[in-house]
Amino acid sequence: MAKMSKREVRTQYLIDRQDFQSLFDVLFNKGFRVVGPTVRNGVVVYDQLKSVTDLPIGYQDDQEKGSYRLQQLGHQRLFSYTLSPHSWKKFLYPPAVRLWQAQRKDGSFELIPEQQEPTPLALIGVRACELNAIAIQDRIFLGGDYLDPIYKAQREKLFIVAVNCGRAGNTCFCASMKTGPKATTGFDLALTEVVEAERHYFVVETGSSAGEDILRVLPHRTATNEEIEAASQVIAQTTASMGRSLDTHDIKNFLYANYDHPHWDAVAARCLACGNCTMVCPTCFCSTVEDVTDLTGDSAERWRKWDSCFTTDFSYIVGGSIRSSAKSRYRQWMTHKLATWKDQFDTSGCVGCGRCITWCPVGIDITEEIASMRAEQKSTADVEAAKENIP
Amino acid sequence: MNTLEPLLAKHPFFAELDQPYLELITGCAANMRIKQGEFLFREGGEAKQFFIIREGVVTLEVHVPGAGSVTIQTVEEGDVVGWSWLFPPYRWHFTGRAVTGLRVIALDGKCLREKCEQDHDLGYEFLKRFSHIILDRLQATRLQLLDLYGTH
Amino acid sequence: MLPRLYRVQRARWDTDDTFSLELSPSNGHDIPAFAPGQFNMLYVYGVGEIPISISGDPDRCDLLVHTTRAVGTVSRAMSKLKAGDMLGVRGPFGTAWPVEAIHGKDVVIVAGGIGLAPLRPAMYHIMAQRENYGRVVLLYGARTAGDVLYGKQLQQWRAHFDLDVFVTVDRATDSWRGSVGLVTALIGRAPFDPLNTVALVCGPEMMMRFTTMGLEKRGVSTQNIYVSLERDMKCAIGLCGHCQFGAAFVCKDGPVFPYSQVKVLLTKWEI
Repeated sequence: MAKMSKREVRTQYLIDRQDFQSLFDVLFNKGFRVVGPTVRNGVVVYDQLKSVTDLPIGYQDDQEKGSYRLQQLGHQRLFSYTLSPHSWKKFLYPPAVRLWQAQRKDGSFELIPEQQEPTPLALIGVRACELNAIAIQDRIFLGGDYLDPIYKAQREKLFIVAVNCGRAGNTCFCASMKTGPKATTGFDLALTEVVEAERHYFVVETGSSAGEDILRVLPHRTATNEEIEAASQVIAQTTASMGRSLDTHDIKNFLYANYDHPHWDAVAARCLACGNCTMVCPTCFCSTVEDVTDLTGDSAERWRKWDSCFTTDFSYIVGGSIRSSAKSRYRQWMTHKLATWKDQFDTSGCVGCGRCITWCPVGIDITEEIASMRAEQKSTADVEAAKENIP
Repeated sequence: MNTLEPLLAKHPFFAELDQPYLELITGCAANMRIKQGEFLFREGGEAKQFFIIREGVVTLEVHVPGAGSVTIQTVEEGDVVGWSWLFPPYRWHFTGRAVTGLRVIALDGKCLREKCEQDHDLGYEFLKRFSHIILDRLQATRLQLLDLYGTH
Repeated sequence: MLPRLYRVQRARWDTDDTFSLELSPSNGHDIPAFAPGQFNMLYVYGVGEIPISISGDPDRCDLLVHTTRAVGTVSRAMSKLKAGDMLGVRGPFGTAWPVEAIHGKDVVIVAGGIGLAPLRPAMYHIMAQRENYGRVVLLYGARTAGDVLYGKQLQQWRAHFDLDVFVTVDRATDSWRGSVGLVTALIGRAPFDPLNTVALVCGPEMMMRFTTMGLEKRGVSTQNIYVSLERDMKCAIGLCGHCQFGAAFVCKDGPVFPYSQVKVLLTKWEI
């Protein structure tokens, strides 16, 4: 349903702010459960939405490494926040899900599979980086030799309303990862919020026939060139104000050649192996399974749960864990995210959303760590070159 | 020419050793047959020789009070066994016993030591080869110590 | 992916800590075909699921055999199963020993400890098609005489005129009259032509590293040496992430790898 039809020139439409609620109404009518950003406990989270007023209207987040602050600025923007610690993976790839049940019976047991019948889901406010993250998880869960039926079932009943970012978060670096800030593919509708002195509207692009179908029944009109231009300006300004970047030049081979780089020790000295980064990362997909029984032992269940490569027993085999030091686990995470992921799935694992930077309690910044490693390499190369010049 | 010379020359230990040296060494060598169960050498005894195993299996044993004779390692065809002859006090550290009938070349330690003292180039060639064997044996022993298959 | 139910036909202890289960499908069907070196995920009701290499004859369609050590929660629970008990089976998974691709070559099989179990299917296959291979040598190292796996089988193989079997133990006990020393010590003497040999190696990772060193020293190219790696596995289908070794998922890109592909990473710590 969210499959993309490629079109070179997309007509752009306009929806007025006052008509935004109708998007919710239409989606509810069509049987969708609507999820999106809302404020809870001082944080923007992704959860069920009942109306446009559930959106974080007037809220703006201030993110820095190891820091997240949400403020109510009193304005009317719906999408002034940038990113939540949540990512959309919690809906397609739930944190805890039952895989099957087993029932004891006549000295044996029988297995009862789960029926995959999810409610159609509409996502409101998906950013360009997050669209890329969904595409990456599509490749993992649907594109290999084995696919995940849970992911597949929900993915086929998904409606995505993307939003082009009106500001760059401090920890964002999507531009350097080539994943944003403009949403180009993977959505059913994409909105750019424009607030002017007298007007508040959304310039809308459709990205699929499903998107067209929904738009058709919403109050809308074709956007004027000025309105389209205003929307472009919003996105251009976001691109220009991107605060961070990650040097991706030949990064796979760089990391493959540097398993023994001394900088890993420096990071390890700070990393708590708390695993926050893997929880908030929209592409991290590692999981574990848990087998549980009831008290009588007559029935058992197998559950799949999110896991993190930072845990000490993530790599446990008889004899001990392969990666017992925090250093090896940080190295595993970063090397996987930026290097081995490419050999596994043909893309980078990182979409430049910056959540790992914001939510790291000690403020480890993946863009800084790569820069430091590259700089240390370079200076070694300079020293070696200098040695050669000594007469 | 001693009939032993071609036998020695074939052995990897003596590979690429110059002809005159090979002759010198052959002068210290003797062919021996050892019956199954007999001892080539005993712990604490005078280390007068070392052996190149041409055929058969030798156990290296040590006597542990309470446990009796414990086999540490077996050496087989092609192996070189014994280097206590190289350094004072020239006493065997382990016992070597023939598990099967053996055909060995025994080399006289004192004879070789004297020749090496007289000709340091020969001495160097010898010690190069011996250190290699000792290194291999040390690494094999270390691996044995690791108890790789044990429950951890 | 739901496990299929299999009934335990026979359970027995091979050594103090190693046991074998002979299984057959509860629905009476044939077992799915598997290739030597592949593994199944075995589920003990209410306890958990672990990857275990298939250790039986790939030509038999009625019996599925697994051998494993009872060292963890699930394997210990599994070791208590008796004939008639039920088990869940998912698989077969993973890459296989290249027994088809190596026709005409000498084959050296080097097994350490429990490593003989995933290699036994390869031995069965090779002996069933003996004329397709050159010299075949089996080098097997165990901890002590009491830990030698498949003793009777080894004796049967040894009785063949066209197969060389050498067994060694790390530590000798009173009754042992055979070789004492690590299995790597057997490589130098083993009768095979290094330039026309493919080696299949399985055992603890350290043993495999030193074995491959010994094989390389004798002139076997790293492209002709295959190893079987072990990593933690939860899903066995490349989705849980636990079994990663560099860019490889050991559950689907392995567990059998050409040594040339994994040599560099194996020398690095904590990969």
